[in-house]
Amino acid sequence: MSTPQGHLETLPSSVQILMGLGLIALLTFPFVGQDFYIQMVTRMMILAIFAMSLDLLQGITGLVSLGHAAYFGLAGYVLAFLSPADAPASWLITLPLAILGSALVALVIGFFVVRTQGIYFIMVTMAFAQMVYFLFFDNKVLGGSDGLYINVRPAGGGLDFENKQVLYFFTLACLVLTYFFLRRLLWSPFGRTLNGIRLNEHRTQALGYSSFHYKLTAFTLAGALAGMAGYLWAAQSGYVNPELMGFHMSAHAIMMVILGGMGNVAGALLGAFGFELFMHFFKDLPKVGEFDLGKHWQLWMGSLIVLVVIIAPHGLMGLLRPKGADHD
Amino acid sequence: MDLANFFIQLLNSVQYGLLLFLLAAGLTLIFGIMGVVNLAHGAFYMLGAYMAYALTAAWGNLALAIAVGTLLSVLFGWLLEKILFRHFYHRSHLDQVLLTFGLIYIFEELRSMLWGDDVHNVAIPAALDWSIKLTDNLSYPAYRLFMLAMCAALALALWFMISKTKLGMKIRAGAFNSDMAQSLGINIVRLHSLVFAMGLALAALGGMLISPLSSVYPYMGAQVLIMCFVVVVIGGIGSVRGALTAALLVGLVDTFGKVLLPQFASMLVYVLMALVLLYKPEGLFKQ
Amino acid sequence: MTKALLEAKQLSKRFGGLLAVNDVSLSLYKDQLHAVIGPNGAGKTTLTHLLSGDIPATSGELWLKGQAVKGWAHHRLSLEGLGRSYQKTNVFLPLTVWENLMLAAQAKDALAPFNPLSWLGRADSKPSVVARAERALVLAGLSASKNSAAAILSHGIQRQLEIAMVLATEPVVLLLDEPLAGMGAAEADTMVQLLHTLKKDHALLLVEHDMDAVFALADVLTVMVNGTVIASGTPEAIRSDPKVQAAYLGEAPA
Repeated sequence: MSTPQGHLETLPSSVQILMGLGLIALLTFPFVGQDFYIQMVTRMMILAIFAMSLDLLQGITGLVSLGHAAYFGLAGYVLAFLSPADAPASWLITLPLAILGSALVALVIGFFVVRTQGIYFIMVTMAFAQMVYFLFFDNKVLGGSDGLYINVRPAGGGLDFENKQVLYFFTLACLVLTYFFLRRLLWSPFGRTLNGIRLNEHRTQALGYSSFHYKLTAFTLAGALAGMAGYLWAAQSGYVNPELMGFHMSAHAIMMVILGGMGNVAGALLGAFGFELFMHFFKDLPKVGEFDLGKHWQLWMGSLIVLVVIIAPHGLMGLLRPKGADHD
Repeated sequence: MDLANFFIQLLNSVQYGLLLFLLAAGLTLIFGIMGVVNLAHGAFYMLGAYMAYALTAAWGNLALAIAVGTLLSVLFGWLLEKILFRHFYHRSHLDQVLLTFGLIYIFEELRSMLWGDDVHNVAIPAALDWSIKLTDNLSYPAYRLFMLAMCAALALALWFMISKTKLGMKIRAGAFNSDMAQSLGINIVRLHSLVFAMGLALAALGGMLISPLSSVYPYMGAQVLIMCFVVVVIGGIGSVRGALTAALLVGLVDTFGKVLLPQFASMLVYVLMALVLLYKPEGLFKQ
Repeated sequence: MTKALLEAKQLSKRFGGLLAVNDVSLSLYKDQLHAVIGPNGAGKTTLTHLLSGDIPATSGELWLKGQAVKGWAHHRLSLEGLGRSYQKTNVFLPLTVWENLMLAAQAKDALAPFNPLSWLGRADSKPSVVARAERALVLAGLSASKNSAAAILSHGIQRQLEIAMVLATEPVVLLLDEPLAGMGAAEADTMVQLLHTLKKDHALLLVEHDMDAVFALADVLTVMVNGTVIASGTPEAIRSDPKVQAAYLGEAPA
């Protein structure tokens, strides 16, 4: 069976240069950009963290999850529950708690889900995420379909997230940390084993690895990182609702990772930025006669993804790879 | 809960369960025989419902709409398999997820362009627009009973076909081991075409039958798709018998759950799924 | 008499109505190669699956190094020193020979997956792991192919990698399922040399169809037909056993 894997685990120099330039751009941007764009880029960075967390699960371990957004949304809700009505919550306390919350739920769901294979895994991740969605949607005490507001953004340790630039740089720090953590993990013994599980789970087990425990750990870690992203999203937008845990959000994550190229963390990051840019592009399309192209942006996004899957299975990263590169 | 109420909920359970079965049967066979993850299955249901709405609005006759709609669905299924799905049987599940996800977007946008984003009602045919009196103040809609009877008849027909006919044997062989079935001389290409068209038609038919009760609205396929997945996981991929058992179980748990524990009703089905996964990760009747 | 490293007593495996392995007992001792032969469909590979833990036995007992291990998952058995190579080459094709061996060599002293140290260390730098992989590389004669992707290797070299991977886990019992499958004469000779070297300090089980190799290497032979053992003993005894001749060997070799 063919698999649209990115890999390129050793990043080509063109990509490394691109990433370096990108970092410089991100560091200097708030000093030249308008408030609106600072918010937009913060959002992109948050989604990049979310996408990278899914890459750990999907690109590195080979587990296709249709329910990853559950851990993203949950962390946002933790912040909402812990935020007082008229004062900022301390991020020093709420951020770790939110990440822990997402990790715990990922651990519990993972325990059931990771024992399944192939098609079953895809379906049950979707099903459990829906369960979490409905838990919040149906219960007014958890906010119901209207969601919850975070009236004052978190603060603490001399930082105040009400300040857009502060939140921007905090998010950037989280982004850089997540990126380097996952790149390190990719080449660690744990990461190599996950890679082995993706390529040939049976043989990996035969060599002496308990793939169940490895997959469960990856699932939980990915959930924790998604939680970090979800917390930042809630901190930025000041509002959470069940849609953050829903199917569309999960699909959004998959599409970002696919667009960028899976399995090397950098692709997920590029894919997140690329996806948002494409989305804004499609949404801003003009009307052609009677037909409002921009209104039906989902059609163009969906078609773009299908196109990428068919003709560019390694996503954007695949386009950047030097000719005759490694053995993938 | 008194007896009359219990009886009503029981009828609702079976009706919902049988509707889920119609969809899950197609889904489990498509999974089991062709190995395809099909997220667009819910969209077929939605298209069926909108077809019923559009054709009934045009001709004023739901029965005719359903008959024509079913025929159109079979044709659409045959075309879709031939042009698109056939080429994805050997692709990875991720590719299939993305393809069918793209299809959901496309179908929903088409729906939006053709019929807009409003909720539409489909009139219950006059002949069935009455209620059977059960007690002094409880009655049961005749249309629901009709739907129950229709779904039961379809389930029976499906069971008969699968277990008693040569075609059914080929389907079961294909679900058990596609390559082996092919080497036994079964025309696997034709079998795939037939199973896909049948699966799509059943999903669309489910949508058509439910449309007077649920109305037609955007993304109506999404929730039923999840339930279908749960049914297939509990029942076991490729097993029609499993789909029936699981669908009825889910119907019971969901319906009675909503009445007895409304806050956690939606979760109960997933708890059921989790329990099944603990003891039988491949479903109750896995081939 | 030294204790058997791997001991199987009355192992049976039933698939529905089919009894694939019927009441098979055998023992593997250090420094000894025990060959299992028989016609196709005799249940040899299924037996290997039962011994390696790939599939659970319907009935019977299994001991590894004196410990009862029936029902153990195959990853657990591997960590206890039971290694197995596959009839159909089962390596990590996109990875290089070295990467394949490193993954195998890493298993023995791998940290628990939920230990953060295992997420942050570098996989390619632990000396004990590198040494293990290097030993397997050299022993299997793969030094020249170290940085080649497994997918582009010739069939014979791939089969060598198949064995090398098992060696990298440093097992004490080796179950080898048709290692010579599909090999030309020269490649087969190299493999036989390797297997001969491996006999020292290991207990080997060899499932093979290549009779020259079998009689060159085996200290003990077990013959299976239709899931049952019809004869077991020294090569000479087996060669002259009329039951075996009738069932499998045909005319006695000259």
